[in-house]
Amino acid sequence: MANPPNEEEFQLSLTTDTPAATDVVRDGILARVQAALGDKIVESLLKPGDDIWVRVRTESWRETAVILRDLGFSYFDFLSAIDWLPSPFGRGEDDPTEPAPVRDNTIRHGYTGGDTRIQMLARVVDPTTSMGINLKADVPDDNAHIESWTTVYAGANWHEREAWEMFGITFDGHPDLRHIYLPTDFEGFPLRKDFPLLARIVKPWPGIVDVEPMPGGDQDEPAQDGDAQ
Amino acid sequence: MTLLGDRQQLSYIASQAADARVNLELETEGMTLNIGPQHPATHGTLRIIARLDGEQVVWVDPSCGYMHRGYEKLTEVRTYPQVTALVNRIDWLGSFANEVPFILAAEKLMGIEAPLRAQHIRTILFELSRIANVSLFLGDLGVQLGAITPVFMAFRDREYVLNLIEGATGGRFHPNFDRIGGLKDDLPAGWIDETRTVMKKLRRFCDEIEDLLFGNEIFQSRTRGIGVIPRDIALQYGMSGANLRASGVDWDLRRDQSLPMAWDKVDWKVWTHPDGDSFARCWVRLQEVRESTRIVEQLVDTIPAGPVMTKVPRIIKVPEGEAWVCTENPLGEMGYYVVSQGDLGPFRVKIRSASFNNMSITPWLLKGVYVPDIVTILASLYFILGDIDR
Amino acid sequence: MNTVSLIIAEVPYWGQSLLRVLGGLVAVLLPAGTIVYLFLFKMMSFMQSRLGPMEAGPYGSMQLFAEVGKWLQKEDIYPARADKFIFKLAPLIVLASTFLLVVVVPFGPDAWFTNFEAGIFYALAVSSISVLGILIAGWSSANKYSLLGGLRAAGQLIAYELPMVLAVIGVVIQAGTMNLQGIVLAQNSGSMFGFDGLGNPYVLTQFVGFVIFMISVQAELTQAPFDMPVAESELVSGYMTEYSGFRFLIFFIGEFATAGVFAMIASVLFLGGWAVPFSWFGWTTMDSVDNWMNLAGPLILFTKMMVIMFLVMWVRFSYPRLREDQLQRFAWKVLIPISLVNIMLTAILKVAF
Repeated sequence: MANPPNEEEFQLSLTTDTPAATDVVRDGILARVQAALGDKIVESLLKPGDDIWVRVRTESWRETAVILRDLGFSYFDFLSAIDWLPSPFGRGEDDPTEPAPVRDNTIRHGYTGGDTRIQMLARVVDPTTSMGINLKADVPDDNAHIESWTTVYAGANWHEREAWEMFGITFDGHPDLRHIYLPTDFEGFPLRKDFPLLARIVKPWPGIVDVEPMPGGDQDEPAQDGDAQ
Repeated sequence: MTLLGDRQQLSYIASQAADARVNLELETEGMTLNIGPQHPATHGTLRIIARLDGEQVVWVDPSCGYMHRGYEKLTEVRTYPQVTALVNRIDWLGSFANEVPFILAAEKLMGIEAPLRAQHIRTILFELSRIANVSLFLGDLGVQLGAITPVFMAFRDREYVLNLIEGATGGRFHPNFDRIGGLKDDLPAGWIDETRTVMKKLRRFCDEIEDLLFGNEIFQSRTRGIGVIPRDIALQYGMSGANLRASGVDWDLRRDQSLPMAWDKVDWKVWTHPDGDSFARCWVRLQEVRESTRIVEQLVDTIPAGPVMTKVPRIIKVPEGEAWVCTENPLGEMGYYVVSQGDLGPFRVKIRSASFNNMSITPWLLKGVYVPDIVTILASLYFILGDIDR
Repeated sequence: MNTVSLIIAEVPYWGQSLLRVLGGLVAVLLPAGTIVYLFLFKMMSFMQSRLGPMEAGPYGSMQLFAEVGKWLQKEDIYPARADKFIFKLAPLIVLASTFLLVVVVPFGPDAWFTNFEAGIFYALAVSSISVLGILIAGWSSANKYSLLGGLRAAGQLIAYELPMVLAVIGVVIQAGTMNLQGIVLAQNSGSMFGFDGLGNPYVLTQFVGFVIFMISVQAELTQAPFDMPVAESELVSGYMTEYSGFRFLIFFIGEFATAGVFAMIASVLFLGGWAVPFSWFGWTTMDSVDNWMNLAGPLILFTKMMVIMFLVMWVRFSYPRLREDQLQRFAWKVLIPISLVNIMLTAILKVAF
């Protein structure tokens, strides 16, 4: 990184954590959801004017879906997972001739926290109000499996197949857990962070992203034309 | 309407069961037909394994992944501005529209908003890519059903729109024009006048297609009552866009959620259709092109003055957080769930593409139809391979 | 007998045969080439806001020769699991049916290949031979799409044979003969309500029959909206999928040559064939027709054929495709009852007047 232009300053000036202070609609929705789900919720988060996040217990993953569907969240948006392990390969920009750099591999969870490496992530929406909920659930580290949603939302079928082949999460009760994108004999779970992006291993990334000094440009001036990369 | 759809489906199932019983008694042998990966009806490399009884489909398994490029993995080794170049290729006919939700998600995480002028131009380009995308659908629809002339009209008139997009962004197919905090450039001189004339041409194109295709009895008999999707099934499968609105769900993300875009500043209408069949899906799309031309026409008249780029640091680091942004793309709801850990690039991006959900209904929907109806239904569901496989 | 026939009679038999073969080739290939160039290349292009071929020859008029040259150079591929003998035979059967069909078409008062008494009967019988070719092409290709296409073609051609025959019966009743020459004579020497300036072309008096006949021809030729056997968006190209090079060319020629011959038969049946109304020149019978009609007749027939082909192609380029079951339903539930009613009415009117 050649001469970073007062990066920290911009960072501070841009992150404003005070948008809409209250959000009556989402407050009401979250209250309803909390009442309906009860102690199935581990943690919930509401960002006013933005979205709702709810983390539920692993064992009540399917029940949550049933309750939310009956609560009006009948639109199945997507289902996937997040691997919170920081990638041991960084961003695939290591110089292969040098010894691998030491990386911090402590897991930092996102909103609503978490206890395990892999978390489920799904979103259901109420089509009448266009308000959705992001659902999360921990997936056990040792034996990654969770209940299937296929009997609740038919559309979850393909999404679970994708999550299965990409993250190695087994969905109990899924009728047809086959590969959807990858070849049948594919080994490994590509979207897990410890699965290397082979293209970056085979051939080192030449364009290790750097800001070259603009010809005639002032280094301290922020880019006006958006040519930020 | 839902009742009607349910009833149709039930009678359908009953007739299927009756057929199956007859076949069991006669012990007729089925046939497995491989539609694709190279087949004109799949416009891309989709493979549909269909088990047939005569010409009737008994069981179907769409097999995708021939074009899987692993964008979700690739985003993890890219910086935020680099990701737009990737997501351009998801729905390659409406490329610009793919960039917008990702940029909006990044902007949301950074807590910035594009200037008003940029929002307007973004909306215009978004709608232009919708027109370019759906007008090709309207032409392609004819080809799938055997009418060869409409597609040439579609290509002819889509060319004007592509020229507009090229004029503004420099790229016909993959503009990569959207930037975090605004747009790369302002509009060129004379572009707005040109846009007005092109929008008139596009409306005439819609009229032509309506005359040539939608008014045709054969077209209607091929599409009406074919591939009926009831409302609740559509919701369960996460169908979106025109496919959902054709099932009678009055839900358009452009209208029903507040994004820093300019849709709420103009007067337009969300079209729905109660039938949920192939005809309804095609018809809703036709109306959507018309509405898009109206949106564009109104927006080019009201572009506010000002910069097209807000102040952003040269090296974009997105603060830690998670954001979900979805927009009503030409194919349906397209969303990005961006997880940031304060790095140069995203920690994880979940790309929710419309066609993946729209296609996941096919094993249910194609059961019991005839081979020609597979083509009709696939055409009316309107998928782009890149959008399924990502 | 007039002079032309006499000249022909003096030519030895092998010479006559040679003339007939040459005439047959011209009668089949010339219309096919013209149809492909004028309609398939140019008219379709103009309808679709493009220019079509422009490079080979003036306005691309030599394009067809270029295409033929291209096809002739291509490798003759057949699938490994194909039934090779039948696979190779199939296109020839299709083309043969076209040649068999053209022999009954009269081109002038004396310019004909044969003059069957039951000409139209023969034509309708022979035209269904092409189904055989298509069916075995579909079967022998060892390809599921081809098989589906072949079976569709068989079902469709059989379904549309019937309305076609029934539509022709009206003409036969009105003309009182099955001889195509006789039908031409009846139309051109006839009169409508005492007015003989136009003769009595059956397109006016047998309009229902004409429409049904044209629809059936459309289906018989597997042109859109009845092109399910070749449906390129579903069955890729149906029974032709596996054919390449010269064999595909034969199918291609067969398709458009048959179209041309059917258009000729339609113009003989409904538009008065090679003749102009006899009253224009004061002719009364076939023998009194002037000799120059043997040269002008083919041109007149060609013109009428082009008009008919224009209709066929116009529909082909603008309509989407029906589904197989809809097509069958249309044939059996709509066309056949209407044509039966048409026969009945024609018979009643024939007796009444």
